[in-house]
Amino acid sequence: MQVNDNKDFQPTIVAFCCNWCSYAGADLSGTNRLQYPANVKIIRIPCSCRLNPIFILRAFQRGADGVILCGCHPGDCHYTTGNYYARRRMSLLFSMLDYLGIEKERTRVEWVSAAEGAKFAATMNEFVDAVTKLGRNHRLEDLRCKKQ
Amino acid sequence: MQRIGVFVCWCGSNIAATVDVNAVTETLAKEPGVVYATNYQYMCSESGQNLIKDAIRDQKLTGVVICSCSPRMHEATFRKAAASAGLNPYLVEIANIREQCSWIHKNKEEATEKAIILGRTAIAKVQLNAPLIAGESPVVKRALVIGGGIAGIQTALDIAEAGFEVDIVEKKPTVGGKMTQIDKTFPTLDCSACILTPKMVEVAQNDNIKIYSYSEVEAVKGFVGNFTVSIRKKARYVKEDICTGCGLCTEKCPQKNVPNEFNLGLDTRRAIYIPFAQAVPKVATIDPNYCTKLNTGKCGVCEKICTAGAIDYTQKDEIVEQQYGAIVVATGYNPIKLDNFEEYAYSQSPDVVTSLEFERLMNAAGPTGGVLLRPSDKTHPHTIVFVQCVGSRDVSGCGKPYCSKICCMYTAKHAMLCREKYPDTEVYVFYIDVRTPGKNFDEFYRRAVEEYNVHYIKGMVGKVAPSGGKLKVQASDLLNNEQLHIDADMVVLAAAIEPDKSARPLATMLTASMDTNDFFTEAHPKLRPVESPTAGIYLSGCCQGPKDIPETVSQASACAAKVIGLLAKDKLTCNPCVAHSDELMCNGCSSCANVCPYGAITYVEKEFRQPDRTMLVRRVASVNPAVCQGCGACTVACPSGAMDLFGFSNKQIMAEVDAICK
Ligand SMILES: Cc1cc2nc3c(=O)[nH]c(=O)nc-3n(C[C@H](O)[C@H](O)[C@H](O)COP(=O)(O)OP(=O)(O)OC[C@H]3O[C@@H](n4cnc5c(N)ncnc54)[C@H](O)[C@@H]3O)c2cc1C
Ligand code: SF4
Ligand code: SF4
Ligand code: FES
Repeated sequence: MQVNDNKDFQPTIVAFCCNWCSYAGADLSGTNRLQYPANVKIIRIPCSCRLNPIFILRAFQRGADGVILCGCHPGDCHYTTGNYYARRRMSLLFSMLDYLGIEKERTRVEWVSAAEGAKFAATMNEFVDAVTKLGRNHRLEDLRCKKQ
Repeated sequence: MQRIGVFVCWCGSNIAATVDVNAVTETLAKEPGVVYATNYQYMCSESGQNLIKDAIRDQKLTGVVICSCSPRMHEATFRKAAASAGLNPYLVEIANIREQCSWIHKNKEEATEKAIILGRTAIAKVQLNAPLIAGESPVVKRALVIGGGIAGIQTALDIAEAGFEVDIVEKKPTVGGKMTQIDKTFPTLDCSACILTPKMVEVAQNDNIKIYSYSEVEAVKGFVGNFTVSIRKKARYVKEDICTGCGLCTEKCPQKNVPNEFNLGLDTRRAIYIPFAQAVPKVATIDPNYCTKLNTGKCGVCEKICTAGAIDYTQKDEIVEQQYGAIVVATGYNPIKLDNFEEYAYSQSPDVVTSLEFERLMNAAGPTGGVLLRPSDKTHPHTIVFVQCVGSRDVSGCGKPYCSKICCMYTAKHAMLCREKYPDTEVYVFYIDVRTPGKNFDEFYRRAVEEYNVHYIKGMVGKVAPSGGKLKVQASDLLNNEQLHIDADMVVLAAAIEPDKSARPLATMLTASMDTNDFFTEAHPKLRPVESPTAGIYLSGCCQGPKDIPETVSQASACAAKVIGLLAKDKLTCNPCVAHSDELMCNGCSSCANVCPYGAITYVEKEFRQPDRTMLVRRVASVNPAVCQGCGACTVACPSGAMDLFGFSNKQIMAEVDAICK
C-alpha cells in the first residue's frame, strides 16, 4: 500500500446511492447541516442492484480515486432483494479489483437508511480520509482521459 | 442538436449563501448543448416555474437542468411545469446543489466548484434522456380472494362494502377456515362460532360476493389490474343450486365410517356430508373416495332420498375463467404433522392430542358433545399436561425455526377452560417462554396462573410413555433444576403452525415471493405489510405469518383498503422508468427473469431475418411495463448487455460518471 505524502491531494470520489434509502439519507445529512468533504459526488440510482460493475470500472478508468455504493439495509430494500444482489456482486468485484491493485480501501459498500443522515456524513468522512491516505489511484486509469 | 436550458436556484440564501450562483450559471452556460442559462431566487415558486416554461417555449428547449434542492423535493413540480410547456417531463434533470452541496459545505469556493460539477453531470445525463410516456392500463374492477377463512371473509366483506365485486375461492366445501373448529377464543373467551357464523352468512348474502366453494385456482395469467384466473370447481356430485341443505342424505347414506375432518378424525361422517350445521354454502358434498355408488356403481341411496333431486353422480370438474383487477391470498395455515416428534407418543396413544383436536373435544358441536373425555376410554381426564412449542422455535430441523405466536395464548385458554369446567383436574403447562404481547393478553395469562392455579413449569418434556392407561410424562423443571415425572391422563401438544401446502404452487402461479418457511413475503416488511412485491397481489391473514384472530382481521381489513384503492382507479399509470431488452442482443438465457422480484419478465418467440434472408425464430425476453417496478436488477444480471433501464440507462449513468471524474 502506498501512502500519500501530498497534503493538497483531493481525491475524486463517486458515491452511488439508491433512491429510496441512501439518497434520502444523504439529503438528511444536508438537512441537518452535517459536513462531509466536497470530493464526494453522488449519483442517484433506483436501487443498489442497478449498479453495474462496469460503472465502477468506468469511474476508475476516468480517474476516480474511490467508489462507494450505498443502499438500504439488508431486508429493507424497496425492491426487497436488490441489495442482496448488490452485496454479492460487489464483494466479487471488489476482491477482483484488489487483485488488480485497486486497494480494498478504495471501494466500499455501506447500508444507510433514510433516517441515518449522521451515518451518511460519518461514512463519507471516513471514506474520504481513507482514500486520501492512499493517494491518487492510477490503476485501470486510461491515460487518454487526462485529468484537468 | 440539443438545446438545453439550465436554471440555477438560489433557494433564497439556502443555496446562494454558499454557492456563487452567478458563477455556476456562467460556467454551465458554456457547456456543450446549453443554449440558455439563468438563475432565480425561488425556481419552485410560480414565477420561477413560469420562467422555466417561457424559456422552454421561447428557446425551443429539448432538455432542462435545474440546479436546486433534492429531486425528492421538487422533481415532480418541475416535471409538471415542463409538461405544461409542452416538453416531455422526463427530459428534466435535477442537480441537487442544496442538500448535497450548499448545506454540507462551508467554503464557498469549494461549494461553487462542486455545484458546477453536479450541474455538468446533470447536463451530461439529460443529453441522453429519452422522452418517456407513462403507459396506462385499464383496471378490471373485481377482486379475487383465495381462501375463505376469517381473513378471506373479512377482506371480501370490506371490498364488497365499498361496492366492488369479489369472488372467494375456497378449496373446502365451506368457508370459515380454522375458526370454525375453535371452541372459545382468547382473550375474551367468546364462542368462536357465535362471532364467525354471522360473518359467514353475511358473505353468503352479500350481492357483491360470489363464493366458489370446493374450488381451487388452476392458473393465473395477466398482471395488476388485469388478471385472468381459471378456477376449478371440483365435482361435488350435488347440484349446488338445487340442494336445500336439509341433510336427509347425510343421515341415510350407508357409508358411515369416513373419518370426519371437521372433527380432525376424532369421529366419523357419511360419504355424503355437510361439514357442520352452519356451513356456507349449506350444500351436501359426496366424498368420491368413499361413495359406494361412485366406486362400484351400486347404492344410489342419496339420490332416492333427496326430494329436491339435487344428486348428480355424473357431475364433472368444471373450469371457470374470470377476470380480476386484484388478487388477495388468504390461504391461512395448518398445524404441522407430528411425525418428527415421536417422543410425545402422538401416534401411539389416542390420549395425546393436538391443541386443535383439544378444541374439538371441548366444543359442544364436537365428537363428545362438549364433555372433555379421553379419546381412548371416554373417561374424564384428571391430570392434563400441555406441551408448548412443539415444533416451534426449533432450529434442529425437525420443526420450524419461527415462533408460532398463538400457542402461548391458546394454551393458557385451554388450561383455564379445563380448570373452570372441571375444577378437579390438575393442569400442567410446560413452556420455553410465555409470550403474551397482545392487548389484554398478559392479563389473560396471569389469570390462568393466579386465579385458575394452572401449574406453569419452565422446561421441556423429554418423553411421553403410554403405560397402563396412563401417560408417563418425563420433564425437566428448569427453574428448580429438577426432573419431574407426571402420570397424566391426557397430553395436549401445541403443534407449530405452517402455511397451507397449496401455498407454494399458488405462489408460483402468482409469481409472488415466499420466505424459506413458505410464508408469503410482503412488499416491505414494515411499510407495505399487506401487499406482495408482485403488483396486484395482496396478503391477508396467516398466509403471511402466524397471527391470532384480532391481528388476522386487522390485516384483512388493511388489505381490503389497499385493494379498494386499486379498484377505485379506472386506469393505472405505469412508471415509465422500466426495463426493456434489446431483442437483437438478447439470447433468451433467463438470467434476467431469475432475478426479477416481480415476475415482470417473460419470454416470447420472435422471428428474425438472418443476413442470408432466411428467418430464424428465437426466444427473447420481454418486459411487461405494467409489472416492472424499475429496480434494475435485471440490467446487471444480463450477460449479453441486452437489458437496460429507461431513465437510468447504462449510457446515462456512464455519462454521469464521466462528468464527475473529468
Ligand atoms: C388450536 C388453536 C386455537 C386457536 N385459538 C385462537 C383463539 O382463541 N383466539 C384467536 O384470536 N386465535 C386463535 N387461533 C388462531 C386462529 O385460528 C387464526 O388466527 C385464524 O384462523 C387465521 O385465519 P386465516 O383466515 O388466516 O386462516 P385459516 O383459518 O386457516 O383459513 C384459510 C382458508 O383458506 C383455505 N385455503 C387454503 N389454501 C387454499 C387454496 N389453495 N385455495 C383455496 N382455499 C384455500 C382453507 O381451506 C381455509 O378455509 C387458534 C389457532 C389454533 C391452532
Ligand atoms: S427492472 Fe427490476 S422489476 Fe423491472 S424487469 Fe428488471 S428486475 Fe424486474
Ligand atoms: S438476461 Fe439478457 S440475454 Fe438473458 S434473457 Fe434477459 S435480456 Fe435476454
Ligand atoms: S432500493 Fe435501496 S437498496 Fe434497493
